Amino acid sequence: MTSQPPDSAAPAVQVADLSVELGGRLILRGVDLQVRQGAVVAVLGTNGSGKSTLIRTVVGLLPAARGQVRLFGTPVPRFRQWKRIGYVPQRITAAGGVPATVYEVVSSGLLSQRRLFTPMHASGKRAVEDALQIVDMADRRKDAVAELSGGQQQRVLIARALVSDPELLVLDEPTAGVDLASQQIFADAIRDRVARGTTVVMVSHDLGPMDALIDRSVVLRRGRIVYDGPPHASQTHAHVHHSHGGDEPGWLTS
Amino acid sequence: MTMFQLEFMQRALIAGLLTGLSAPAIGTYLVQRRLSLMGDGIGHIAITGVALGLLTGTAPVFTAVIVSIAGATAIELVRARGKASGDVALALLFYGGIAGGVLLIGLAGQGAATLNTYLFGSLTTVSSSDLYVVVGLAVTVLVVAIGLGPQLFAVCQDEEFARVTGLRVQLLNLLIAVMAAVTVTVAMRTVGLLLVSALMVVPVATAQQITRSFRSTFVTACIIGVVACLAGIVTSYNANVAPGATIVVLALAGFVVAATAGTLIRRRQGRVAPLADAEPEVGVPVPEPHVVSAGHPHAHNPQCGHTKVEHDDHVDYVHDGHLHAAHGDHWDEH
Ligand SMILES: Nc1ncnc2c1ncn2[C@@H]1O[C@H](COP(=O)(O)OP(=O)(O)OP(=O)(O)O)[C@@H](O)[C@H]1O
Ligand SMILES: [Mg+2]
Ligand SMILES: [Zn+2]
Ligand SMILES: [Zn+2]
Ligand SMILES: [Zn+2]
Ligand SMILES: [Zn+2]
Repeated sequence: MTSQPPDSAAPAVQVADLSVELGGRLILRGVDLQVRQGAVVAVLGTNGSGKSTLIRTVVGLLPAARGQVRLFGTPVPRFRQWKRIGYVPQRITAAGGVPATVYEVVSSGLLSQRRLFTPMHASGKRAVEDALQIVDMADRRKDAVAELSGGQQQRVLIARALVSDPELLVLDEPTAGVDLASQQIFADAIRDRVARGTTVVMVSHDLGPMDALIDRSVVLRRGRIVYDGPPHASQTHAHVHHSHGGDEPGWLTS
Repeated sequence: MTMFQLEFMQRALIAGLLTGLSAPAIGTYLVQRRLSLMGDGIGHIAITGVALGLLTGTAPVFTAVIVSIAGATAIELVRARGKASGDVALALLFYGGIAGGVLLIGLAGQGAATLNTYLFGSLTTVSSSDLYVVVGLAVTVLVVAIGLGPQLFAVCQDEEFARVTGLRVQLLNLLIAVMAAVTVTVAMRTVGLLLVSALMVVPVATAQQITRSFRSTFVTACIIGVVACLAGIVTSYNANVAPGATIVVLALAGFVVAATAGTLIRRRQGRVAPLADAEPEVGVPVPEPHVVSAGHPHAHNPQCGHTKVEHDDHVDYVHDGHLHAAHGDHWDEH
């Protein structure tokens, strides 16, 4: 991280008093959030609590009705260094009206670094191969995306976000529908990047193998942040850790 | 003297070649965005443009380019603002365009014969100045469609993601609409305004029968477009039939052949390559979830006092809110 621009000290994401309106309703109300560089933050909350709305506003897809979002110190409407951002949207189908291969879709993740009217560099091709390896889709690179299963398509979208080696990963339920083995591979890839200083903001209902990487969680309820702090304390675990420890009193013995 | 030495036939073939290339090139992006009928919509608007040219005594090709670019921009803006879905926006322009055209033609006092040359194409009347315009426009379309291919692909594939990679999505969408408008006017003299959409969509649909990638669909569609156009022009000269209709009928015949061939090829491949479930199952997890109860010093037995529950071929014991079943040397959570 030697060739960092002077704003390297700026938080990766800075959300100040953010309100967002959709269809005439306030979906987010006065959200404040700071994510320092290198942090791994989980955004939690029930369906409809505004997680995707927050994520989509952070990457500039939705306008702020009030307040402001800054990425690496620059307000989003003026932000231009999109190659520093990797984004996985929530469950959109990866297919259009014309067939497209896994390789072609993953390559589109490199467009932020590509000049107009020029072909892809050799380094770009290598990056695509690496990203395909990470999600274990290298042998499907010539297959049409529309012919993949939902979880496989999700893995393609993850590869598309990872391929540009961004400094900030913004992930909206990236591993929904992805099997445990692939989630583990994905978590390992994220761990490598976090070790190199990558910042991660991710929404997930089931963190799975990512659990160990999270160093902070934020809980949304009806468009407000109701918890912001260390992980676990906040989470209502669906699965209760159950054990019959030998020294645990209070149960019958034969 | 063969037909290829006739000057008007040479012009016709050049115009056909360029239409055959540019219509499927831009059509691939329209199909990708599921706006297949956009070409048809612009074709209808262009009728108003042609009529405006006839009324004012300006070159109809020129007024058609201007009016159809304006119409295509309007379609795009209506769609982007979310005021109407893509197909409703198209329908509005369809009707506005054709009604306006017929009205203006009536005002200009020109008969159906003049309009017909633009509706169904008339290659034999392509003048050399017409040809220069057609060449210029078609080359522009091809340079953009190929040069900006990756960017246009990304925008058509996933608009939101494209925005987050920093692409000027609105501008690129507008560019596609404008290029579609230009292509329509290029094709006006070859296949005509009513059939131009066919040449934007049918070769792409045909290519899709045998391709898997976007790039190969693009290239194959262009090849099919060129072949259909050139063959259509030659046929129409020999059989003395309308070129536009001949081109489209040939393109459709190509689709039928490709669809049949595609089905046969896939069936053949299916027979040669084993189906996924014919492969040996390696590393497939056991179907039932197998959760071992951690640290379970108690050994259940029929007399231990825990409630017994029949479960398929074995007995579960209700224990601390869980169901436990014997499995080898340990206890499973059931
Ligand atoms: N385009 C829209 N117009 C109007 N309301 C919307 C729109 N998109 C989302 N909403 C509303 O905003 C609220 C928050 O939606 P959001 O997608 O942010 O939820 P979420 O927390 O991501 O939920 P999930 O866990 O299901 O992904 C919901 O109540 C939803 O109905
Ligand atoms: Mg969501
Ligand atoms: Zn017992
Ligand atoms: Zn049982
Ligand atoms: Zn037990
Ligand atoms: Zn067991």
